Amino acid sequence: MSTATPESANAPAAPLIQISNLNKWFGAFHVLRDINLSIASQERVVICGPSGSGKSTLIRCINRLEDHQEGSILVDGTPLTRNLKNIDLVRRDIGMVFQQFNLFPHLTVLENCTLGPIWVRHMPRQEAEETAERLLDRVQILDQSTKYPGQLSGGQQQRAAIARALCMEPRVMLFDEPTSALDPEMIKEVLDVMTDLAESGMTMIIVSHEMGFAAQVADRMIFMDDGQIVEENTPDAFFNNPQSDRTKLFLSQILRH
Amino acid sequence: MFFRDQSEMLPERPAPITEVGVIGWLRINLFSSYGNAALTLVSLALLVLIIPPFVSWGLIDAQFSGDSGAACSGIGACWAWLDQRLGQFFYGFYPADAHWRVNVTALLLVPALLYVLVDNLPGAKFGRWFSYVYPLLAAYLLVGGFGLEVISTDKFGGFMLNMVVGLTGIVLSLPVGILLALGRQSRLPVIRLLSITFIEAVRGVPLITLLFVAIVLLQLFLPPEVSLDQLLRVIIMVTLFASAYMAEVVRGGLQAIPKGQIEGAQAVGLGYWQTMRLIVLPQALRISIPGIVNTFIGLFKDTTLVIIIGLFDLLGHARLLQTNPDWIGDVDHEAYLFSAAVFFVICFLMSRYSVSLEKQLSQDRH
Repeated sequence: MSTATPESANAPAAPLIQISNLNKWFGAFHVLRDINLSIASQERVVICGPSGSGKSTLIRCINRLEDHQEGSILVDGTPLTRNLKNIDLVRRDIGMVFQQFNLFPHLTVLENCTLGPIWVRHMPRQEAEETAERLLDRVQILDQSTKYPGQLSGGQQQRAAIARALCMEPRVMLFDEPTSALDPEMIKEVLDVMTDLAESGMTMIIVSHEMGFAAQVADRMIFMDDGQIVEENTPDAFFNNPQSDRTKLFLSQILRH
Repeated sequence: MFFRDQSEMLPERPAPITEVGVIGWLRINLFSSYGNAALTLVSLALLVLIIPPFVSWGLIDAQFSGDSGAACSGIGACWAWLDQRLGQFFYGFYPADAHWRVNVTALLLVPALLYVLVDNLPGAKFGRWFSYVYPLLAAYLLVGGFGLEVISTDKFGGFMLNMVVGLTGIVLSLPVGILLALGRQSRLPVIRLLSITFIEAVRGVPLITLLFVAIVLLQLFLPPEVSLDQLLRVIIMVTLFASAYMAEVVRGGLQAIPKGQIEGAQAVGLGYWQTMRLIVLPQALRISIPGIVNTFIGLFKDTTLVIIIGLFDLLGHARLLQTNPDWIGDVDHEAYLFSAAVFFVICFLMSRYSVSLEKQLSQDRH
């Protein structure tokens, strides 16, 4: 299990994701500034920071939902460029969970899960359904598999979305504020699923403000502000002994209430 | 301080009599306020004024037999022409000994339509294939060739002509419209520009103008040895015209789909066409059903414009009848009324189907 410190994270043997000198603009707005980040296999990284700091944009660049203007992103050695083949290749290896779930409302939960395996991985239907049922069972909503997303609670929808991503057997899972749109009662059930996933050794990059969860699960904390990485540290050091003033201010503000 | 124990929770009670049953329905729908009650009464009075005279004119006092307008008294409606002319109203000048071909085509249309429109029919797999093959089969039956006597398309007429142009237009305008709508949203500037130009150009011109272009002008640009069938030109123009409207209807649906849906599909690894076909279009088209059917209905009624190129559709034959020396002056209302009724039946069916489809889809999902 990786216990990456900022020093060792800069030189891992064969990082699964390697981001170098990444710069991105939305029109004239410089949203990501010179990001350098490498993530090893089986590592769990939690990214936090104030809204507008670029954390969502950063992970959306990793599966090319956003393109970048400068620098490079390598996923398992494959560079992300305009090359559609590479994008397809990378997306097969990366599962993503969104703040708003983004389940397909016209398909049942089971169909949501089998769509990718059938159409992208060309898996036989029956095999895809067996995989989907196994994973729906793992996130404990197998009994909801024939329902449509609109009939599920927020927590159930997010767990279905996690199962959908897992069905593609990804090597990396990206979580973009997975609990921010949930009622407080449902946050725990989603975090439990994510903790379980972390314990199984999945590589995870999580944008989240759930600091208790982060302290428990993360190998590494990253704090971003103004489009750049301000602090990168072990959870222990990050929460108990933050170095930058900006981090201290942020932590004091979100931990106070 | 107040609290309720589990055992003290209030039980459910039936709704008051004024909210349910016949009385409830009347109250809610017809007499919910003084204004509505007044409107209900006025409407009732209007119906009493209009319906009985209309029925006695159209049925009770009407004349149903006779060889010419002279047979009609003038008090009631004159339906005597139906006997002689009904065939022309439906088949136009299509040769009488080949009317069976039109009949078979019409008969086969029923299963071909049902298998497309209704889910879970027995033999659906074969049925779908039949639906796909049907257009070719219909063209073969109506035009002939390969053993069947060839009947030139200028013999097509009456309501059969409306159906041929209308149905072909409907079947083709939806896919073309969808492609145009996608093109209009394309990231590729060339495709986007072409789509926008086409849609705006076609929408900005009356259909009659397009038909004139198709019939008169097009030949000027084509090499003289190329001669496109006139009916084919009309069908192409009607289709393109409806496609432009369809594109805008579908675009409305496309824009209602949240961006997250596309991102969700991309994150799962689906490509552009898969995303459109599996995720975006099923949802967008569902939202667009009212607009799509509206366009279909408009297109179907526009088929009456074939009269300007000298083809006589249902309405054309109504006019022929009105100006026929035997009937002139006696059937002015009746011929139009009959044509209107035929169009109404088809358009009303389309409208009801759209409503039931919307209901069925919304029941499925929520």
